[in-house]
Order: sequence, then structure tokens, then C-alpha cells
Amino acid sequence: MSALLTSSRTSGSEIVKELAFFAVIALMMSVMILGVKTVDRPTGLELAVRWDLVVIAILSTIVGRLALIVRREHLSRLGQAILITIAATTVFEMFVRFREMDDRMAPPVTLDMAFSSFASVVVAIILLAIVFSIAYFTVRKPGANEDDSKPKLSAKLQVGYRANTKKIGILGIAFFIMFPFFFAGDRSAIDLATLVMIYVMLGWGLNIVVGLAGLLDLGYVAFYAVGAYSYALLSQSFGLSFWICLPLAGLFAASFGIILGFPVLRLRGDYLAIVTLGFGEIIRVVLINWYDLTRGPDGIGSIERPTFFGLADFGRRVPEGMVGFNELFGLEYSSMHRLIFLYYLILVLALITNFVTLRLRKLPIGRAWEALREDEIACRSLGINPTNTKLSAFAIGAMFGGFAGAFFATRQGFISPESFTFLESAVILAIVVMGGMGSQIGVVLAAFVMIGFPEMFRELAEYRMLIFGAGMVAIMLWRPRGLLSFRDPTILLHMTQKEKAVGETK
Amino acid sequence: MTMLKIEGVHTFYGNIEALKGIDMDVQEGEIVTLIGANGAGKTTLLMTCCGAPQASKGRILFEGKDISRMPTHEICHLGIQQSPEGRRIFPRMSVFENLQMGACTQDPKHFDSDLEMVCDLFPRLKERINQRAGTMSGGEQQMLAIGRSLMGRPRLLLLDEPSLGLAPLVVKQIFETIKTINRENKVTVFLVEQNAFHALKLAHRGYVMVNGNITMSGTGAELLANPEVRAAYLEGGH
Repeated sequence: MSALLTSSRTSGSEIVKELAFFAVIALMMSVMILGVKTVDRPTGLELAVRWDLVVIAILSTIVGRLALIVRREHLSRLGQAILITIAATTVFEMFVRFREMDDRMAPPVTLDMAFSSFASVVVAIILLAIVFSIAYFTVRKPGANEDDSKPKLSAKLQVGYRANTKKIGILGIAFFIMFPFFFAGDRSAIDLATLVMIYVMLGWGLNIVVGLAGLLDLGYVAFYAVGAYSYALLSQSFGLSFWICLPLAGLFAASFGIILGFPVLRLRGDYLAIVTLGFGEIIRVVLINWYDLTRGPDGIGSIERPTFFGLADFGRRVPEGMVGFNELFGLEYSSMHRLIFLYYLILVLALITNFVTLRLRKLPIGRAWEALREDEIACRSLGINPTNTKLSAFAIGAMFGGFAGAFFATRQGFISPESFTFLESAVILAIVVMGGMGSQIGVVLAAFVMIGFPEMFRELAEYRMLIFGAGMVAIMLWRPRGLLSFRDPTILLHMTQKEKAVGETK
Repeated sequence: MTMLKIEGVHTFYGNIEALKGIDMDVQEGEIVTLIGANGAGKTTLLMTCCGAPQASKGRILFEGKDISRMPTHEICHLGIQQSPEGRRIFPRMSVFENLQMGACTQDPKHFDSDLEMVCDLFPRLKERINQRAGTMSGGEQQMLAIGRSLMGRPRLLLLDEPSLGLAPLVVKQIFETIKTINRENKVTVFLVEQNAFHALKLAHRGYVMVNGNITMSGTGAELLANPEVRAAYLEGGH
């Protein structure tokens, strides 16, 4: 072992220091999460201590780190593969023990089970062999250059993405149109897809403000709320239908966008973010406190569901003077019809948002937004009116937020200020930023990551947030500019000729 | 005919008086240069002409019309284009998009012929028309900044330190082009420069600015020959 640890680059004492450092970090991270648990005893809540878990966590960290050091220094292929296998096993054991504590669910597999029968021994050995061989064969040869002349996979992906943006977009749209056919009977799948679509639409709407015009808006949810309440109130007070209220909701939200826009015209960056944050909160607080109009925290219930373009109704009991959707098309009644219709409705709304954005980008106003994001002084000196440009960005972004809000209200059937907290704004902004500012496809990906995955893995209970956090850290490490952030000149500088050619034609 | 007339202009940054009563004029078809040391107020005067910041006292007349209280973007529509200090191109947009932005106040029907004119003046821009502007060299970016201003079809072009941070050879090239723009395209040029030697050689007339005041004026050749100017701005440098 001692021969294994001494190398030309790292001395033994440095390695010990490094291992100690990681052991301390592992201790700090595990002691509160794994080491202590509250137990409900007849005498009250008590703390149970689980030192074995902490020890295993530290042990697996040290072994894993040692494996990485061996790998980094190209000391011994076999050694590092063995160490990684040991680390993987201990991590597994740790999770098994952690779950065992959970009284709700019996642990699915344990390490002891591996030795309970011949078949399980074989399975365990195969799994270990897989881990071992991955660790053994993926090692880089010593002396191999870090930045090979061979294009890396990520670079290849970039070129592929740039060259085929349109195709990817069309494929994506086709997939989303076909989606209900694959999952026609699956209520939760359609519901989840609708939810993701709402966030895609909100992301695209906010992308106009943040991604294109470069105005950091932390209160976007205010426009969402304005749209939702406009529809709910108009439909309940005046009996207007969804199809009349939808454009009105957009209009109201747009005018709120202008109202917000005026006072913040002179602000930029952090200051703008704070004021928009405040605006979002003002709207929410007004919604809570203006009881006569909004019924405050009680919310507005039994909001009218949308009809099939005013032609037919989706309900089981069709109101007077209306035809049922199933009768209109000669189908059997199914509650899925409404869900699928809602899904298509939000899909169309989202696509409208997308196409309008893509069109605007090519028009002078879109160019002016992008120029304003780059340099406001230059814009002024070229004769662009920054007031109008900023206000139009706020208004158009807000309008799509309003549409999404009206849709949200009609889908839920119930709205309350609870739905429009700052957290929503943060999630929408995170979708835009994570997607890579200004990237339309990036927003879709990010909406899936932020909304789709946490919902899909609801069975994993509290672990899903852990995985979510790990995913965020991974994105920060590997794609700090967002999932699809290719509109950046720094990347262009490092590109090969071919990539440049592709990048420039975009 | 007087194109730009500045009458007793005072400009303040907060409490600091940056311009202390400037009087000067630019005749149609001229190249007029304003030279002076760092912090003399040259850029401030140019920016004041564009309305950012606005003059607190005095008048600025463009073809007889007072523009000293107009917002910047409206001044541009009158036919004044500025190539601001530090170039201020849009780095993440392509050269073509930058030029498009320059033409945003103009009727699109002029666009193609104007683009050709700019590309003739700066063949380098034509080569790099689809490149991200931020990835070009300093000289190319300066060409782009001037080209972008020309896309706005100015009658008066305000240039702020076009030689800033450029190699001597490129500076020469840029000044040649300014001459061409003035002669061939009939654009009046108001040039603010630290590079006094080149600027005075190029200009028909010049002004010298010290601490927010105009201390001297005359033709380019006169100022070049003036011993005081030589001592303050020319000796040692060239």
C-alpha cells in the first residue's frame, strides 16, 4: 500500500491531509442528516443517534477519495478499481441501513440478502464486476493529453444542436402533439404534461423579458396572478366565457406590465430585480387583503371550465342550450376528454408564445431588445427609444404570463394567493436561467428538469429533493451558463473552423 | 452654413462643473477636431451634443434648431450619429446585426445600398459580416462602430476617440477612412481625439480644451504650428 501511495507528484503527507479534509466534510454533512433522527416515543419526541451510518459515510468518502487520488496519479489501475468497488459497496450499505430506519417501507434489498441464495450471490457478483470493470477500463492512460485534438462529445453535441435546431424543435413539437395518443388513458401523465407545459409557456414568456431584453424580473408571477384573477373575476361577475376572457386577461396583464415598467425604467441589474420582486409581492398582498374583490385567502372557487370553443361542453351534465363534447363527436363520455383538451389548449398557447418570440426576434423590436441587453448607451446613441423598448418587453412578456394565468385558473377551477408566491417566480426564473438565457429549447428542457422530474419521482419521497439538489449542483459544475447556452462568443473563440461555420450561419 | 453651433454650454455632473461655458461651431462639410488632455471635458461636450447628459445652461443648435433639451434618441433622428467612446458595439451580436441596429432609424429601402457603402469603406467588415462582433480585434471593432453610425445616414458624425487603444498602423487607416467619409460621402465630422498630431493633420479646424474651457482655436495647420500646442500635446508623443 505504501508503494501505491508514494508518487512523484503527491507525497504521502499531502494525501493524508486531503483524506482528512474530506473525512471532516463527510462528518459535517452526515452528522445532522444521517446521524440524528427524531423518534416518537410515548414520553415525547426523542433523538436517536445512528453513529454507524456516520462512520460508514466517512469510510466510504475516504475510500472513494483514495480511489480518485490513485486514479488521478495513475498509480495502479487494479488498486483504484478495487477501491472504487469498495466505496460503491459501502455507499450501498449506507443507503440500505438508512432505509431500514424508515418504518414505513421494508428495505427492498440488503447486503445480507446477497448471500442468502445462490442466484443472489451471482447477481451481487455481477453487479460488483460491472462497477469494477467500469472503474478499471475507463481510466485514462498516463501521459495522455488532457485536451485531445479529438473533438469531445460535448463539442460534438453542440455542433449537432446548432446545425439542427429547427429539426429538434419540429421533432419536439411533433412529440408533444402525439403525446396524448401514447398516454390516452393515463390521467397523471396528461396532468403532468399540462403542468410542465404551463411552466414552459411561463418560461418562454419570461424569456422575452430576461433572456432577450436582459431585464431581470423576479416578480413575473404577478402577471400570472393578474391573468388568473382577471379570468376568475370576469367569468364570475359578468359570466363571460373563457374565450372572451383569455385575450382580456392578456390585456390586463400587459397593462400591469407597463405599470411596473414605468417606475423601473431607470433601474438595471440588482436594483431592477429588487423592485420587480417587490411588485410581485405587492400584487400577492393586495390579493390577500382586498377581501371584497378577491375573497382574500379563501380564494375563488368553482371557476368555469372552458367549453369546446363555445360549441360544446365537457361536463357529464351538460348545461341548457349546450351540446356535450361526446355528443358533438359521437363519442362515449369520458372525463379524459377535458384533460386532453386542456393539454392541447396549453400546448397551442405555449407554441403561440414561442412563435411570437421567434418572429419578434427577427423584427426590429426584437433586435432592439437584444441590443438594449448588450449596451443601453449605444442603443440611445443609435436612436433607439429605450423607454418604449423596455416597456414593450415588459408588456409582451406580461401578456403571455396573463394568458398562462387565465389557463391556470380554468384548469384548476380554484385559485388563491397561495399559488402566486415568490417561489413560483423563482422557479420560472430558474427555468429561464437554467435553460440558457434566450434559448427556447433550453426552456423546455429546464422545465422538464425543474417541474417534470420532481413530480415524476414523487415515489422517492424525501430523496427526490436530495436528487434534485444533486442535479442542480451537477448543472452548476458542468453547464454553468445553462443547459443550452450557445449564444456566447467565448465559446465561439474556442471552436474549430467547422463549428465556427455552423455557429455563424445560425 | 453652420451645421452645429454650441453657445455658452455648461454641463454638470452633480456639483462638478465639467463644461464651463463652451462656444464653438462646426460648418457644413468640415472636419473639426477637439483635442485636450484626459479629463478636460472632451467626451462630455460630445455627449452633451447628444443630450446625455443635458446641458444645464446654454444652447446647442443643429441647423438652427435647439437640440439641447431633446432626448438622445430623438436627436439621432435629426441626422446626428455618434460613435461613442470605447466603441460600444454589441459584442454578442453579429457584425451584420450591429449594422442593422445602426440603420434602425432609417427607411429599410436604403439598407442594401448603405450596407454596400459601409462594406466598400471597410472591406474587413464584409469579410467578417457573420462573425460575433465581440470576437473581432480592436481595430475591426472601431471600424464596425463607425460603420454602424454611418448606417444611420448622418449628416453630422460625432467620433469619440476612434484611435483609442489601436495599433499605429490601424489608427492611420481609420483616419484615412474618416477623410474619405468626409470627402466622398459629404458627412460633416466632429472628431474628439487625444491623438492630437493625427487629428490636427486631418482636420480643417481645431479647438483645444483645457479643464472645461476652450483655450485655443484655429485651422489644423495653425494649431500644429502653435508652440504652446506643440509643447502640451505633441512633443514626446511623436
